[in-house]
Amino acid sequence: MEERIEVESRQFVVFKLGKEDYGLDIKKVTTIEKMLAVTRVPNTPNYIKGVINLRGDIVPVMDIRTKFGFDTVEETEETRIIILKLNEISFGIIVDEVDEVLNLTEESIENVANFSNDLSLDYILGVGKIEDRIVTLLNLEKFTDIEYDGM
Amino acid sequence: MDMSQYLEIFIDETKEHLQGLNQALLSLEQNSQDKSVLNEIFRVAHTLKGMSGTMGFTKMAKLTHVMENVLHSLRNNEIKMNSDLIDLLFKCLDALENYTESIVNTSGEGQNDNSDIIQMLNSALEKNTESDDNKKSESLNKKHDKKETSKYATANFKLNQFEQNAANKAIEMDMNVFKITVILNKSCVLKSARSFIIFQTLERHGEIIKSEPRVEDIEDEKFEFEFTVVCITRQEADIFTREINQIAEVEKVIIENFEDIVEFQETKMEDSSLSGEAVIASVEDLQKENEDNQDQIQKQKTKTGKTVRVDIDRLDVLMNLVSELIIIKTRLEGLGDIDTSQTYNEAIEYLERITTNLHDAVMKVRMVPVELVFNRFPRMIRDVAKEIGKEIQLTMTGTETELDRTVIDEIGDPLIHLIRNSADHGIESKDKRIQLGKPNVGHIHLRAYQDGNNVVIEVEDDGQGINIEKVKKKAIERGVVKKDLINTLSQKDIIDFLFKPSFSTSDKITDLSGRGVGLDVVKTKIEQLGGMVEVETEALKGSKFIIRLPLTLAIIQALLVVIGDEKYAIPLSSTKEIIKITPDQIKLVQKQEVFLLRNTVVPIVRLNEILGVSVDDKDKKQLTVVIVRKGEKISGFLVDSLIGQREIVIKSLGKLLSGIKFMAGATILGDGNVALILDVNSLAV
Repeated sequence: MEERIEVESRQFVVFKLGKEDYGLDIKKVTTIEKMLAVTRVPNTPNYIKGVINLRGDIVPVMDIRTKFGFDTVEETEETRIIILKLNEISFGIIVDEVDEVLNLTEESIENVANFSNDLSLDYILGVGKIEDRIVTLLNLEKFTDIEYDGM
Repeated sequence: MDMSQYLEIFIDETKEHLQGLNQALLSLEQNSQDKSVLNEIFRVAHTLKGMSGTMGFTKMAKLTHVMENVLHSLRNNEIKMNSDLIDLLFKCLDALENYTESIVNTSGEGQNDNSDIIQMLNSALEKNTESDDNKKSESLNKKHDKKETSKYATANFKLNQFEQNAANKAIEMDMNVFKITVILNKSCVLKSARSFIIFQTLERHGEIIKSEPRVEDIEDEKFEFEFTVVCITRQEADIFTREINQIAEVEKVIIENFEDIVEFQETKMEDSSLSGEAVIASVEDLQKENEDNQDQIQKQKTKTGKTVRVDIDRLDVLMNLVSELIIIKTRLEGLGDIDTSQTYNEAIEYLERITTNLHDAVMKVRMVPVELVFNRFPRMIRDVAKEIGKEIQLTMTGTETELDRTVIDEIGDPLIHLIRNSADHGIESKDKRIQLGKPNVGHIHLRAYQDGNNVVIEVEDDGQGINIEKVKKKAIERGVVKKDLINTLSQKDIIDFLFKPSFSTSDKITDLSGRGVGLDVVKTKIEQLGGMVEVETEALKGSKFIIRLPLTLAIIQALLVVIGDEKYAIPLSSTKEIIKITPDQIKLVQKQEVFLLRNTVVPIVRLNEILGVSVDDKDKKQLTVVIVRKGEKISGFLVDSLIGQREIVIKSLGKLLSGIKFMAGATILGDGNVALILDVNSLAV
């Protein structure tokens, strides 16, 4: 949250899960990939979809829908993997569709406390409003804490 | 001046010198009269002083300076060598190592000025020289402090008889003998090259009969910024002064006539049967000789110039590229199914050969001898033995055996643990050994050798062996195993308890070991490296810890198998054989599925269940079993089908999945898909 005070305007990659728009800080995004073959990794939490071969690197991918407790959907032409790098850890998240990059000013970002959502507050940075659209801005730092079965 | 670019070189070289110092001190302890060892130590101290001074590490320079004074007096028999002094020198070594460590971590030498050691050194110097001429040591100190005057020249410059003869003969024949001291500029980086030029210049006009430090040392840059030579020539001194001063980076040239010294030694010379004529003749025949000398120097030069220090990261990059190449090669091999023209196959085969050679070459570059790790153990054993009052001898064989650099870096701590264990728990006290009729001196043997694709390191002692009963008792106490089951366990199973966390059989906790954090850490570390540990022990005879390590960590041969619709890789190094069995061969023993393989009971591991793959094998008439080794035990992995043997590149699953069970990593298959590599050690029963 402190970061927000430092910069006036921030860019967010906006993607869709169902009908809702979500935003990720563009600085955390490495690349956006079309859907790739995913190899399942046994004995991992169900939202870990598996690993992909990203041009020679092995990168784990998560199903963000499962992580958030949403229904799973079929993969489409629009399905994308957003590769993120957080805390020196690279991973991808599978999203329904990637729309655009939005510029949001500080004024248009509203604190989460004023807003109720079924997502855990751990993952929400704030809510961005632009014209009549509402974008939930995500903070995925906590995504990198994984508990393994039997560990 | 910005020194940061030299810091790494400094650190590397300092480490090397300290290693040399360590070895020299150890051999000095064995034979305190050995002058050549003393000289070696002196030279290292001197070099370190120069290096640290140049880098601005004043505390380090000060310590080595005082060390050098003591060593110098030792060398000149002004003070006597004793065990206290050796201990003190070891302390100096430790202090220097601490400085180096601090420099590695913080780029600074830290705050500790080790004044206690310096004081001890000084008092050792005073105590022993009191009876001697006091002025001598004073003047010596002065000389060392004054930077301009030559240390070598004044302190320890003596001609041997042959050289004296030559010098004297030359003077008789009206030739000049000069003692030339050249001081190089402090900023001179390529000291040896610079000195080489100076030598060449000198040899154009005369013959060098003596050099201090020796020519070889100068070539290896084993000198500070100055050297002294004795030169026989027909030329006058000013020609030398002029010519040498023209060479860049020469700060000062001091030319003295050598006559005085020679006269001083004249009486001795006259008795000598050695003739100086030969040397004079060779001065006359200067031209030819010079060419020979220069050839020789040239040869030695190229020899020393053949190694390059490379950052390990760069090698990693190279290794990654080779890995990529192998992946692509595998992919091309796969494409061969579509178009199997002969030329295509030939090209692929050629490519295969090249990539294999390339891989081998890169691997070789990364290989370093285990000596690098082993070197520190003699000192350690010396200290440990002193500490616990036992006499222990350490022998090491196979130190030239090579291992991947990354493994070398990791293997040190586990080995320290094992060796300390042997010294502390294995080797008995002296009295007990005498009682048992064993030699007083306990013996630890550290052995390394290559065995196929593995490197084996053994730590063997001739101590009391592992007390099986004690381990059993402890295991029951700790609740590791139930009392009524303990007798069903084999000796191996019982010894395995030692590798469980917090399991120590030592009655008392010592500084060395017995805290129960040892062996499990050893095991974990070695398994992380893809290796394994075994123990052989015999009561009263001793025990042997055997570590097996893979030669390489990056590219391995693996067996690709199919489970359900997923592909997995099993490292070929842990697979023993593949067999087919029928479902009715599987029997149930104590809730564990097993089958008989040539009269050995082999536990079955149903991979599909562990990996959560649904497989319908109910109506299968034949089951494929991959027999894998885990230490000396074997297990049978049940798989659906086999794809075959492949060369695979091990890739990490990344930090996010680093805590995962049963997987040793992942690899990219020829078709670009990812296959996971099974961790046989954690899967096997």
